[in-house]
Amino acid sequence: MPKVTVDGVELEVPAGATVLQACELAGKEIPRFCYHERLSIAGNCRMCLVEVKPGPPKPQASCALPAAEGQEIRTDSEMVKKAREGVMEFLLINHPLDCPICDQGGECDLQDQSVAYGRGGSRYHEHKRAVTEKYMGPLIKTMMTRCIHCTRCVRFSEEIAGVDEIGALYRGESTQISTYLEQAAKHEMSANVIDLCPVGALTSRPYAFEARPWELKKTLGIDVSDAVGANIRIDSRGREVLRILPRVNDDVNEEWISDKARYMVDGLVKRRLDKPYLRRDGKLVAVSWNEAFQAIATLNPGNSIAAVAGDMLDCETMFAAKKLVGALGSSLLEGRQTGMDYDTSSLAAVNFNTTFSGLETADAILIVGSHVRWEAPLVNTRLRKAVKRGAKVFLIGPEWETTFGGEFLGEDLSVISNLPNHVWETIRDAKRPAIILGGAALGRGGLEAALSVGEQIGVVRELEDGTTWNGFNVLHMAAARMGGLMLGYAQKGGLADIVAAKPKVLLSLGADEVDYTKFADSMIVYIGHHGDKGAHAADVILPAAAYTEKAGTYVNTEGRVQWADKAVFAPGDAREDWSILRALADAFGVGLGFDSFEELRNAMIAEVPALGIEGLADYGSVLPAGGGSASGLIAYPVKDFYMTNPIARASATMQQCSAELLHGEEIAEAAE
Amino acid sequence: MALQDKDRIFTNVYGYQPWNLKEAQARGAWDGTKDIIAKGREAIIEEMKASGLRGRGGAGFPTGMKWSFMPKQPPVDQNGNPKPSFLVINADESEPGSCKDREIIRHDPHLLLEGALVAGFAMGARAAYIYIRGEYIREAETLFAARDEAYAAGLLGKNAAGSGYDFDVFIHRGAGAYICGEETAMIESLEGKKGQPRLKPPFPAGAGLYGCPTTVNNVESIAVAPTIMRRGASWFSSFGRDNNKGTKLFQISGHVNRPCVVEEEMSIPFSELIEKHCGGIRGGRDNLLAVIPGGSSVPLVPADQIWDAPMDFDGLRALGSGLGTAAVIVMDKSTDIVRAIARLSHFYKHESCGQCTPCREGTGWMWRVMERLRTGDAAVEEIDMLFQVTKQVEGHTICALGDAAAWPIQGLIRHFRPELERRIAEAGNVAEAAE
Amino acid sequence: MADRYIEPDTPELRARWGNFAWTEANAAKAKEIVARYPEGRQRSAVMPLLDLAQRQVGAEENTQGWLPIPVMEYVAAYLDMPIIRVVEVATFYTMYNIAPIGRFHVQVCGTTPCMLRGSDDIIAACKKRGMKAGHITGDGMWSFTEVECMGNCASAPMVQINDDNYEDLTPERLDVVLDALAKGETPKAGTQEPGRHTVEPVGEPTNLAAMITENHDYRGEW
Repeated sequence: MPKVTVDGVELEVPAGATVLQACELAGKEIPRFCYHERLSIAGNCRMCLVEVKPGPPKPQASCALPAAEGQEIRTDSEMVKKAREGVMEFLLINHPLDCPICDQGGECDLQDQSVAYGRGGSRYHEHKRAVTEKYMGPLIKTMMTRCIHCTRCVRFSEEIAGVDEIGALYRGESTQISTYLEQAAKHEMSANVIDLCPVGALTSRPYAFEARPWELKKTLGIDVSDAVGANIRIDSRGREVLRILPRVNDDVNEEWISDKARYMVDGLVKRRLDKPYLRRDGKLVAVSWNEAFQAIATLNPGNSIAAVAGDMLDCETMFAAKKLVGALGSSLLEGRQTGMDYDTSSLAAVNFNTTFSGLETADAILIVGSHVRWEAPLVNTRLRKAVKRGAKVFLIGPEWETTFGGEFLGEDLSVISNLPNHVWETIRDAKRPAIILGGAALGRGGLEAALSVGEQIGVVRELEDGTTWNGFNVLHMAAARMGGLMLGYAQKGGLADIVAAKPKVLLSLGADEVDYTKFADSMIVYIGHHGDKGAHAADVILPAAAYTEKAGTYVNTEGRVQWADKAVFAPGDAREDWSILRALADAFGVGLGFDSFEELRNAMIAEVPALGIEGLADYGSVLPAGGGSASGLIAYPVKDFYMTNPIARASATMQQCSAELLHGEEIAEAAE
Repeated sequence: MALQDKDRIFTNVYGYQPWNLKEAQARGAWDGTKDIIAKGREAIIEEMKASGLRGRGGAGFPTGMKWSFMPKQPPVDQNGNPKPSFLVINADESEPGSCKDREIIRHDPHLLLEGALVAGFAMGARAAYIYIRGEYIREAETLFAARDEAYAAGLLGKNAAGSGYDFDVFIHRGAGAYICGEETAMIESLEGKKGQPRLKPPFPAGAGLYGCPTTVNNVESIAVAPTIMRRGASWFSSFGRDNNKGTKLFQISGHVNRPCVVEEEMSIPFSELIEKHCGGIRGGRDNLLAVIPGGSSVPLVPADQIWDAPMDFDGLRALGSGLGTAAVIVMDKSTDIVRAIARLSHFYKHESCGQCTPCREGTGWMWRVMERLRTGDAAVEEIDMLFQVTKQVEGHTICALGDAAAWPIQGLIRHFRPELERRIAEAGNVAEAAE
Repeated sequence: MADRYIEPDTPELRARWGNFAWTEANAAKAKEIVARYPEGRQRSAVMPLLDLAQRQVGAEENTQGWLPIPVMEYVAAYLDMPIIRVVEVATFYTMYNIAPIGRFHVQVCGTTPCMLRGSDDIIAACKKRGMKAGHITGDGMWSFTEVECMGNCASAPMVQINDDNYEDLTPERLDVVLDALAKGETPKAGTQEPGRHTVEPVGEPTNLAAMITENHDYRGEW
């Protein structure tokens, strides 16, 4: 722990800290553009210069200089002030004075720091540089004249995304940032460079000219586009969500989100169910809430009622539905819409036990039946980090383009039980072996076979430091999955049990992946927000709230309980899901035991206490032994990363991404 | 007393005789190399230190000391295997005015290859990479051929020169980038990347090429080493003033009657160098305007100050300039001195790698202002502004290119401010008359 | 702004160069080049391989050679490195021609040491013959670039044409060289100053006179 002095104040800093970090610990703000905590150090912007003794008699880049015992650091000297002002002037001479029409305005590092270090006027009377725009795809809008060449975007794509596609071409003052041949950035995390860009060179194309940051209401939310539970900030104005940005959570999403999490928001105002509908003579017609409730209640299903939960649901909705179904005497609950029936008696066996951050420390990883890039892009970045630290990765399933290398062993589930020798030896001899089981591998005996491999290699073990390592991971795809399982949304036989029960009323809670032809005799009551597959099959539609329109509890695939707030109101006559279920209970003439959201949440926590504690739920580390054999070709359920849920399917942006990035269509840019 | 031919190291510098191994050996190359190596690493480094040799690439860092920074025990990689060490020889001669390494490479390449072995052995390197600038196309052909000769004769490779030491030499051609002469940019370039300087620390001796301990030395520094070892440190240090020892290749270009490259004693007075080898200043001593004594990166020195100055590190530093690579650019009174410096500013703008802000943005700014000062299309206050801009670049960049771009302009303003003001005034008069 | 640009990637370009592959001789050469670098460091070979590729293109079309995008892609694939990193290298270093080039690339050094010795006149002489920067003369023969210091300062001014330097130039001497090249001859490279050998002082030798006539060994005089 070296001791340094910052502006006369002595402090101890952690070993390995940089001078910049030391200054921050001392409470000094160090301006910077190129430096970013999660990227390699470039040291090229020169904005973070400080004076350091001992050392050469010139200012030093604090981001790159290791803090060392006895250093005297000054951030407030004349030398430092001049250095920063000098660098700022250089950054500005070729930067256009177009802040009034720049989307970065109001959240621009260059703008902010020029207030502190900029001159009143320009001394630069030469021609200013103009750089042509570079096409980077449907998500990233470029205005490269604004670029200050910090190379954060280059480093992100190379280091974090693992898709080397952005480079700094040419040299000197002609340096230009570009993708190869100005092709679209082609990975699932591409838009994070927009957040990283400290100026307005890379801005959000779908959000272009939509709003100024100070007009926006910022709400803390949880992403529901996959089971990672990325922490997001929902920026809204009035009743409309305008954009979604990542929040920092080192345990979950660090500070990234997938392009889908960020850009499916325009789907929130498309294809919305904003009034109740009733199917009359085969056609859905708009009705009043009362008419809709009456139609359901008059069917008088008694206990012949079931609920199927969709992938994006909050726990409160599922709990309310569970109470309603229970009040009518039924316990038919299921969330695995596509019919999977894996054993859920041990939640530890279907949980991502290493945690995401723990996965980075694994040294041998066996992935079975998961196209991780598409099913959980944020987990993919963790895999990349693990490999950078030396982990070996093996994959079973059809080949996909990994960003971390890895060896594909075959496409059949049976490979789990017949691992090649070198693979077997590697995972057996690993200190921290991990298995990741994707949705495509849970059925057909896959879970049991994988558990058996886990047992044989000791996937749960005590580490040298005395902590327990549980390397068995199931990577779900549905944001609602773990919460649903905690609330009992699983039949032994899966959805087939519900089909077999032939319920008179099937409550479809935003369930858009169910094969409804199997429920031809049921009245399908769709409680959801988008006119997607579920609504098309419905007999009654009760318009509900999307994830941005209600508060809720979510449990990610790690078993991590997280809470989201409500950003905006649901459109039209749509209501929050829980209140619809509460009203439906009245129509049925039964009580649920709560009259407010608070009461609901308290009741839920009383029943499942883990849902009341933010953080990882404890499922124990004892895994069932598993056994048996698995077989069958693996087919990943996600066929199109951008089209996995009704919001994304309604999103013009996601449709464009799908067409252009996955299906290679040339999308003509709209004439401006 | 001027340097005698017998004390010249590069006796074939003019290429009157073939460069080949047989002829080079007849001149004394590869003579007793095995015995030199038999002295051991420490002894060689001590001898080099005692010789007083300072790096010939411009910075003048003591060569023997640089070698001693290399680890005695190799560091280990992640898997516990020892890392190799590398010698990188800087033949990326691109500093305007410098043209000495070219003569070594095309006319006496075996001195360089022998030096590579001696230096590589002394620092415990397993191989040397000679990074030769891309434009030296024929020179590189000679170097490749000389290397093949040395391998065929057992002088390089396994048990090099019968020394019992295994040592390889590889040649890497650049492709047109002055900045690759900066040692860490050179290492980046060798790794197949853009030549953009690295942040230091870590220094190359700790983590250089491929993350391994690396020393980067100039061609001349390496090529003189075998002769120093053969003739002894005291012979080499008998030339030149204290702290400025040895012989040196001077390159005199510009307005002298007979431009040339010549090996001379360090500390030789400018006047002697010019009169003896270059046939004097074009138009006579009185016609001398200014001299850039060490290549484009050092500030110019006006005629009256340079004439009697000793041409060495300390002597030129005392004049606010430097020896650099001993590339002496002579300018007589016919020179448009502002344009001469503006052209250098263009050079630095062209060669800036674009990595860090002050250099990327500052070199272009400085050049554009210089171009206006050339014609007087500027305000007098802009001279001070330009000076400030050079100060904003100098000392604020990752590598020394920023400094190198700033210094020539600073030298111009320091010594020729009246000329700049005169042009501004004249241009102003013309403009006024036109109105 | 940038005075260099990448030749656009067109279907015609793809059709012409999409099947680029090493000639047999260059395949062997490429292998030898990659072997110069330690195992796993084959990326180091990108610069020499781009040079090799440029020369192969030049040999095919009888020009100095340049790097069409498909050729860069070939090199990237050969070295198993991301194409964007190859393009970075190709655009960073000025000796890679990233747009088509003429039979002869006339590169006149215009930096101060050459400027002091009259490179203005040399450049003017080139322009007089119809050469200008970023342009190939109508007959496909000449491309022109004013380059930065080529390290021939003691024999300035100079021009590099493809692989050879012509030094101590005057406009007349340049014309002789260019005329010879145009006729398909091989003019003598190096200094064009009569009586000068390389970079010695012209005229009476001031040092190393003994070397002129024999491979003198000075060791006996030590």
